[in-house]
Amino acid sequence: MPAAPTGPSVPRLLAFAVPIVVALALLPRFIDLYQTELLIYGLTFAIAALGFNLLLGYTGLLSFGHSAYFGMGAYTVAFIVRDLHVQSMELCILGGLLSSLVISALFGYVCVRHTRIFFGILTLALSQVLWSLAFKFFWVTGGTDGIRVPRTSITLLAGLMDFKGPGSYQRFVYAYYYYVLVLFLIATVVMWVIVHSPFGKALQAIRDNETRASFVGIRVRRYRWIAFVISGSFTGLAGALWVPLNGLTTPEILYWPFSGEIVFMTVLGGFRTFTGPIVGAIAFNYLKVYAVASSQYWQMVLGIVLVVMVMVLPTGIVGTIGRFAARLRRR
Amino acid sequence: MALLQTIDLKRYFGETRAVDNVNLSIEEREFVSLVGPNGAGKTSLINVISALLQAESGKIIFRGQDITRLSTTQRVKAGIARSFQLVNVFDDLTTFDNVALAIFSRQGKTAHLTSLAHLDEEVNREADGILGQFGLAAKRDANARDLAQGERKLLDVALAYALKPKLLFLDEPTSGVSTRDKGQIMDTIASVVRAEGITAVIVEHDMDVVFKYSDRIVVMAQGAILAQGTPDEIRKNDQVAMTLLGTSGPDAFTRKD
Repeated sequence: MPAAPTGPSVPRLLAFAVPIVVALALLPRFIDLYQTELLIYGLTFAIAALGFNLLLGYTGLLSFGHSAYFGMGAYTVAFIVRDLHVQSMELCILGGLLSSLVISALFGYVCVRHTRIFFGILTLALSQVLWSLAFKFFWVTGGTDGIRVPRTSITLLAGLMDFKGPGSYQRFVYAYYYYVLVLFLIATVVMWVIVHSPFGKALQAIRDNETRASFVGIRVRRYRWIAFVISGSFTGLAGALWVPLNGLTTPEILYWPFSGEIVFMTVLGGFRTFTGPIVGAIAFNYLKVYAVASSQYWQMVLGIVLVVMVMVLPTGIVGTIGRFAARLRRR
Repeated sequence: MALLQTIDLKRYFGETRAVDNVNLSIEEREFVSLVGPNGAGKTSLINVISALLQAESGKIIFRGQDITRLSTTQRVKAGIARSFQLVNVFDDLTTFDNVALAIFSRQGKTAHLTSLAHLDEEVNREADGILGQFGLAAKRDANARDLAQGERKLLDVALAYALKPKLLFLDEPTSGVSTRDKGQIMDTIASVVRAEGITAVIVEHDMDVVFKYSDRIVVMAQGAILAQGTPDEIRKNDQVAMTLLGTSGPDAFTRKD
């Protein structure tokens, strides 16, 4: 009997992905500037949630401190722009990636010695250390005022595009949309390859059964550490991309509620699926923006949504859609 | 030289002498059964040798090398694999991925981040081969948690086997499965193990199984080795019969049903 394909088939995958990519590429023609901006936020958060979910969905580790890596990426860009007077966004991204990689390697080394609640508490505690540094050392970090990174201070594509002069806001939003979209696509492909690689399978084995994983020869702690570093770097990349869009970085993005939001996004979309965090991040961003705009009790709105989601759709948006699709196919 | 040798191996749990100065020697290509009443220390002995538990004192020599202080993964790399009494597989991976993972690990490929696992033809072929040997080919794309108990037992053994170990410990591979499946599972295991020249140590309660498949039987009681010998020698050993069955005599091990 010839072996049937064991993994996802590439043609079917492309048939699924290409229309979505084309739609995303054409979307700014049909929506206004504000909606485009919201979508950029959604895409950056999607990169963060993708990274986060490598730990939660694939390795079975719930981090409550991913604000640390997002914030590290963001503050690094701010420092580079303010103190080194570097304009190139590409250099800023490299800096942000590098710093979040270093800090997640450091924090991860401590955290992966533990699992479950102890892991969660450690990640939370360490992220709070960074937050308090950003908060207290105001002569470096600007304290609660944060650091401004105006869009006029950066250039894209090695200086090819700058955003000075009249009409720059509109030019920035459209250019930056495609800039972030391309990086988002690269990040998604890289993550997809990682979770479908032998290493990704090993992570899933660790998630399912740590003891047995070590008895098939997998060095559990080391693999968790590598996953942690990849995860933190993805989230750091998201942080770096987020700063020029927001124009400002403040300690808020290092604070624990933001870690909670990353968890929320992932659970909302469905953490047992690859695309769940992406859908969740974009959906969460809209949800939050409209909840804030429509009610002063927006936290309560989000809280209720989360409770209802967990009770009614525990597999998240994508998990639920997947279940329905499977049911329809069986009919 | 023996493949495996334990020298005064000891592991207590408080007052309980789980492994009490055990000197066990396993020759290459042997099929050894480890028998004894519940609590005799059979599983504990395997746990200590496979590094699930640390030894308190004594030494474990494997292929001439002292492995007493090596970690689990280092012992796996050295060539020791095991299955578990309670099924211990990767429930949310498919049957195929379970076995493929063990092969990736053996080939040192689990550190590969940039290649797609399912495109590795060499591993695919070997994994499908092993699933065929263990009669699991029809279930290759089912999640491990959806397999029947007997199939899960076989998958547990297949996982250990896919590591191509020199020494394979099987902890009650037929417990919790029907009598009919038992024979089939044991036939599968025995044929696979003999074909590959793997040395196997099996913990088993069913004496019919033990007598049928073993080259040598090691009887444990209260953490120590009570007796060892060929199936014929053990069958005639009154002390063993008293310990295992509570009766003795020439026909003690003959099933009366």
